[in-house]
Amino acid sequence: MHHSIEIRHLSFAYPDGHKALDDVSLKIEPCEKVALVGPNGAGKSTLILHLNGILQGQGEVCVAGLPVTKENLGKVRARVGLVFQTPDDQLFSPTVYDDVAFGPLYQGLPIEEVQARVEEALETVHMRAYAHRVSHHLSVGEKKRIAIATVLSMKPEVLVLDEPTAGLDPRARRSLIKLLDELPLTMLVSTHDMYMVRELFPRMVIMDQGRIVADGDTQALMADEALLEAHGLEKP
Amino acid sequence: MHIHFLDSYRPGDSLIHRLEARIKFILTIAFILTTALTPQDAWPVYLLLLTIVLSVIVLSDLGVGTVLKRAMLAIPFILAALPTVFTLKGEVAWQVSLGSLEIRFYQPGLVRFVSIALKSWLSVQAAIVLASTTQFTDLLMAMRAVGVPRLMVAIFSLMWRYLFVLADEALRLMRARAARSGQSDRPDLKPGGNFAWRTRITGGMAGSLFIRAIERSDRIYNAMLARGYDGEVRSRPLPKFELIHWLMLIGGLLALVCLLGLAHFGF
Amino acid sequence: MSSLLSPQPMHIPDGFLSVVVSLVLWVISVIVIFFALRRVNQDLGERQVPLMGVLAAAIFAGQMLNFTVAGGTSGHLMGAAIATILLGPWAAILVMTTVVGVQALIFQDGGLLVLGANIFNMGIIGVAVSYMVYRSFQKISGGNRWGIFAGGFLAAWLSIFIAALAVAIQLALSGTSPANIAIPAMAGIHALIGLGEGLITLGALAFVYATRRDLLGEEAQGARGGAVVWIAGLLIALALAIASPLASAHPDGLEWVAEQKGFLDTAQGPLYEIIPDYIFPGISNEALATILAGIVGSLIVFGLALAMAYTRKSRGASSR
Repeated sequence: MHHSIEIRHLSFAYPDGHKALDDVSLKIEPCEKVALVGPNGAGKSTLILHLNGILQGQGEVCVAGLPVTKENLGKVRARVGLVFQTPDDQLFSPTVYDDVAFGPLYQGLPIEEVQARVEEALETVHMRAYAHRVSHHLSVGEKKRIAIATVLSMKPEVLVLDEPTAGLDPRARRSLIKLLDELPLTMLVSTHDMYMVRELFPRMVIMDQGRIVADGDTQALMADEALLEAHGLEKP
Repeated sequence: MHIHFLDSYRPGDSLIHRLEARIKFILTIAFILTTALTPQDAWPVYLLLLTIVLSVIVLSDLGVGTVLKRAMLAIPFILAALPTVFTLKGEVAWQVSLGSLEIRFYQPGLVRFVSIALKSWLSVQAAIVLASTTQFTDLLMAMRAVGVPRLMVAIFSLMWRYLFVLADEALRLMRARAARSGQSDRPDLKPGGNFAWRTRITGGMAGSLFIRAIERSDRIYNAMLARGYDGEVRSRPLPKFELIHWLMLIGGLLALVCLLGLAHFGF
Repeated sequence: MSSLLSPQPMHIPDGFLSVVVSLVLWVISVIVIFFALRRVNQDLGERQVPLMGVLAAAIFAGQMLNFTVAGGTSGHLMGAAIATILLGPWAAILVMTTVVGVQALIFQDGGLLVLGANIFNMGIIGVAVSYMVYRSFQKISGGNRWGIFAGGFLAAWLSIFIAALAVAIQLALSGTSPANIAIPAMAGIHALIGLGEGLITLGALAFVYATRRDLLGEEAQGARGGAVVWIAGLLIALALAIASPLASAHPDGLEWVAEQKGFLDTAQGPLYEIIPDYIFPGISNEALATILAGIVGSLIVFGLALAMAYTRKSRGASSR
């Protein structure tokens, strides 16, 4: 069990030539909670897509002790749970149960174990009663929590989230922050929500134009207003 | 400018880019019709047609290599015509013996196969040039000019507007599925599920796309109503087709007709 | 990325169909499209443009979704069946026309001269056959759940299978492929591909049934003029199902027809012996009579079965 992320000198350019990542190196220790911040277009989402091999660039990416290569993709994806920004694009089964069950079912787990995993995952996100509801009709906040459950049912070692609080009303946001606080996993969260960063994440990584420009203690970095402003961030 | 990976249009300022869309559209179709009508063994004419299309590619600054590479996409279908080499009987061009089996390559079959391949290859190059040098909105105008009904053009137009949005949704759905397609460490477990399950999941993804599209169309309809839409599709009048345009169009068509005449009666 | 757009086995490129076959299918397609435009104008009213436009985009995007068949091969959706079920036959024809048209124009997936044939195969045959099957199941099951799913699956499978037969016959008539190879090959491959289409359609229907059951109601299906499509679907399916084994067994007959119809692009030289009097269609009278008898017979049987299902339903309802 490694529960860590290690990226060494990662670079990536899109087919149209746009260089999205430029020599990025990052090491996240087991059970660390790290926030990834920066302006739009900084490369945060691109970086996240490298963590489970959806994109592959030059350099080394090692997740939960496994190098992310073509041969390892299956095993890597079982160990890192990626939750994307738009829940609608992640909930593609008729019912909540079906969506949360997809991960374990794909892995080939026996049906009783799938059942147990689904219940456990839904319990963790406090949505046990929603098992037979239709995802399409839920609110954004509820969908976001279900999306997290769909990944938790795979029992990942590392959890990566892209903009978890975007588009949520204050109540839903509060409830999601509380949930993230409760999860004991290693976590990397890309976000614009600086208040959440200050509250939950002891370590902050600032990205801009494909590079990491700062990486350190959240409180210390947030005190540096000039730094924040230079990279399109606001001090909370 | 962010080029969506799906879009065929390559912005440029070449002669072909600037050529009036209606002319390009009609001449492309005429060119494809010419290759279709060229007799199967009129090899010199194929060479002339190839010269024409290569010249156009060069004039369009698209890059001959790039276009030829994209033209390769249509090649797999050629397998459908391959059996003709062995079944269209006539003079035997080549014979191969595999044990007791005699495999004959017939000349008429070979001629037909090669001519189909050539016609297809020439046609797809022409189509690539058209799509790469003409913005879709200009193609819509060309469609209107040749008589495609307004309602049909309006559907094309709205499809185009939302094509990339929905294509991105499809891409995200596939990424989300990939992210949850993991392989357990336990050696006794086989990942992937069975065929029926996999296709049903894909169906759910498609269903999600369709439902969201239908609901999105409600919102679009409301936005159109708010701007005074009353069901009747109105569009800007087509720009004037000048004399020079007529001359270019007729010139091009005449050249192709002459080529056809050469093909049928000159050899 | 090109794997997302790899040419489907049903999109015929330019050069593979003779000029005569291409033009005939263009004429048929244009007539049907004009008819469909009028029908949709009357039925859907103002909502038509945004609904059909966005759904065309959705079908196109849906065709990008892949699923692993075996090893490295993946399968895709065609979508005529699900479009027909969601929109009704006439709107579905227009939507599929738009999808196939954009694929040809912008992505060179399918040729431009043969676009009429591709529209006919995937749009018109695909929709008509789907409608015939789905509507029949709807009537027989009384709108019941099993009717939706069984009908949807079968509609999707048959739409692929029959369209594939049409493609094979068109290739044979054009002299591109010998009938005795093209027809069994296309039929065999697409019997399997149709399974994928059927299962995807089933999955999509399951999602729609759970989230927006109202979209599967009677309104879309009870479109005026639907009877025409239903009959056309039945005739096309029967005609191709009967003609295909015949043509496959007598490839020379079709090849001979191909020679006549392909005269425009055949050299006048000594390579072929061209028979100067062009008799259309070139199939003997006995064969034609057999085929017609088969069609009429099947129609009678099918009609009887449907009538029985109808009367049983209404008798059951009135006895309550």
